[in-house]
Amino acid sequence: MTDIYMAGLSLENIHKYFGSVVALQNVNLLIPNGRFVCFLGPSGCGKTTLLRLVAGLEHPTQGRIVLEGKEITEQPAHQRNFGMVFQSLALFPHLSVGDNIAYSLRVRKVDKSTCRRRIEELLELVRMPGLADRHISQLSGGQRQRVAIARALAIEPRLFLLDEPLSALDAKLREDMQLELRMLHQRLGVTTIHVTHDQREAMTMSDLIVVMGTDNQVHQMGTPLEIYRNPADTFVADFIGTSNLLKGICSGSRQVTVSGNTLNIEFMPEGVMPGSEITISVRPEDILVVPGDQEGENNLKGKVTFVRDVGSSVEIYLDCHGLQVISQSTPKGRPAVKQGDRATAVLPPSACVVLTS
Amino acid sequence: MIGDKPKGLRTHLPIIYPGVMLVVFFVIPFGIMVAVSFFHRVPGAFYTTDFDLNNYRNLFTALFGRVLVFSIFISALCAVICVALGFPFTYFITRMRRKAQVVWLVILVSVLSLSAVIVAFAWSLLLSQTAGISNLFVWLGLMAQPVSWSPGFWAVTCGMCYIAFPYTVLVLYPPLSRLDPYLPEAAQTLGASPVKTFFSVVVGSLRSPIVATLIMVFVFTLGTYLIPQILGRPRHWTLSVLITDEAIYRSNLPFAAAMAVFFMLVSLALVGLTMVVGKGKGPEQR
Repeated sequence: MTDIYMAGLSLENIHKYFGSVVALQNVNLLIPNGRFVCFLGPSGCGKTTLLRLVAGLEHPTQGRIVLEGKEITEQPAHQRNFGMVFQSLALFPHLSVGDNIAYSLRVRKVDKSTCRRRIEELLELVRMPGLADRHISQLSGGQRQRVAIARALAIEPRLFLLDEPLSALDAKLREDMQLELRMLHQRLGVTTIHVTHDQREAMTMSDLIVVMGTDNQVHQMGTPLEIYRNPADTFVADFIGTSNLLKGICSGSRQVTVSGNTLNIEFMPEGVMPGSEITISVRPEDILVVPGDQEGENNLKGKVTFVRDVGSSVEIYLDCHGLQVISQSTPKGRPAVKQGDRATAVLPPSACVVLTS
Repeated sequence: MIGDKPKGLRTHLPIIYPGVMLVVFFVIPFGIMVAVSFFHRVPGAFYTTDFDLNNYRNLFTALFGRVLVFSIFISALCAVICVALGFPFTYFITRMRRKAQVVWLVILVSVLSLSAVIVAFAWSLLLSQTAGISNLFVWLGLMAQPVSWSPGFWAVTCGMCYIAFPYTVLVLYPPLSRLDPYLPEAAQTLGASPVKTFFSVVVGSLRSPIVATLIMVFVFTLGTYLIPQILGRPRHWTLSVLITDEAIYRSNLPFAAAMAVFFMLVSLALVGLTMVVGKGKGPEQR
């Protein structure tokens, strides 16, 4: 425990209020060194506030921030040696590309030739060689992004913070930049915290995802697959990807009753008593749809209400006695059903994750 | 459509009204003044139509030169003081909550409702020996005895700055309130202290508005004639006072017009120079 504590960023019992407005509640996180971490959540969940606390642009109302064993809670932003990319990028409009990048070096009185060398290195790194003399207004959106990244990396920061810098880009460019940032992280190994509301972006880029909810609390922290496969609660299951959330009652050690049907599940969390209300989360791609009414274990019979065929995947909406079940399959595995047909959804026990909250 | 030259009378209609107003109330009076500056003055009477370069020739005197230099100096000084005080002041206003901003701006604008005469007499009272603030300093133990600061150079400077300050803030307010609040934050994450941030990023990125405000205050204070008259000794009188004196008390309108035209040319040249210097540094503004 002490080792991890020494080698990373620790946020302890963080609370933040703006007047009477709650921005963050009881946040406890341990971010290991060298990882790419995403703060993921809907707007207003406090993820940007949390990043600003880390950057030193805000200070917590309560709690401690510890970096590598040293408390930095009250340290002002300009003494932290972090690099940050802002949502608006905040490039200095009166300075050239090179002067923007070298700003942090000039502040630290680094000599001219080192500055010049570093500007070239960084422009090389973000694949914009030779553009140091350009003016910011002459750059495209993607190029500005790269300059902002290069500027934040100029001093080889201890932490690299990204506040939704990709949200202003169009979809294609955004996906390119996601990959590029991920590769950059692999090359540099700098601990990176990225704030986003886009779960696909978070899944693409991060080693660890911190899911935050509208209650301004952290709901779950884990690897992307962990979070996808084993969501901690209904909020996470609903927010990350699409999920079938089926309300039911625990009816045995490994059985749940969902609107009259008994479903077998593989794992029941400890402390769930028979008779207690629970929710089952099943990912659409885990549900198999077969035509007609089929008897069998974990089968839900129903009627096809809608088929969404987007080419790369097919979604089938079933109405199983008032219960909506969505299944997703590849075009190859497409079940032979159409709207209005009777069909059966098969829910494998291993795919049914029990959520208690 | 954008970029096309407007064609025909109809497309020009919207600018006819301001165009006419400009000609009637600005170009014609200015033309009259330029014309009068060449007329011949008749002592004891008014003037006769003429093309007399003597008015301009008479400008080249030691007195006129000294007053010209002094006028430019005190206006430039006021411009620098106003912007040096007004820029941080406006910056802090724009960082306040909206409601507080409105209160400050209303207070400032209400200062504009005071006439220059009231302002000048208020300052002369404030800086006087008998009832001025030096009495307060004596009471506080900062000074041995009350002194008279008015009339004097700094009294004139104070008065002119006081008149120009609300305009300074009003001109600086829009660009400062439009400043991306993330720019100073970005500078801080890059290691700049708050002071360094203020000068390198806030001042740096607003160089054009600052130069524009300097020019505005400079030109504005060049035209004040009541303040120097009331708060200054005759050697603190600016060219505007001299022009007023010539035009109204000596009825030498041609000479006053010549002074005004020459004064305007010199200040235009200075403004042009400032713009060139202000633009020369750093990458060009959008």
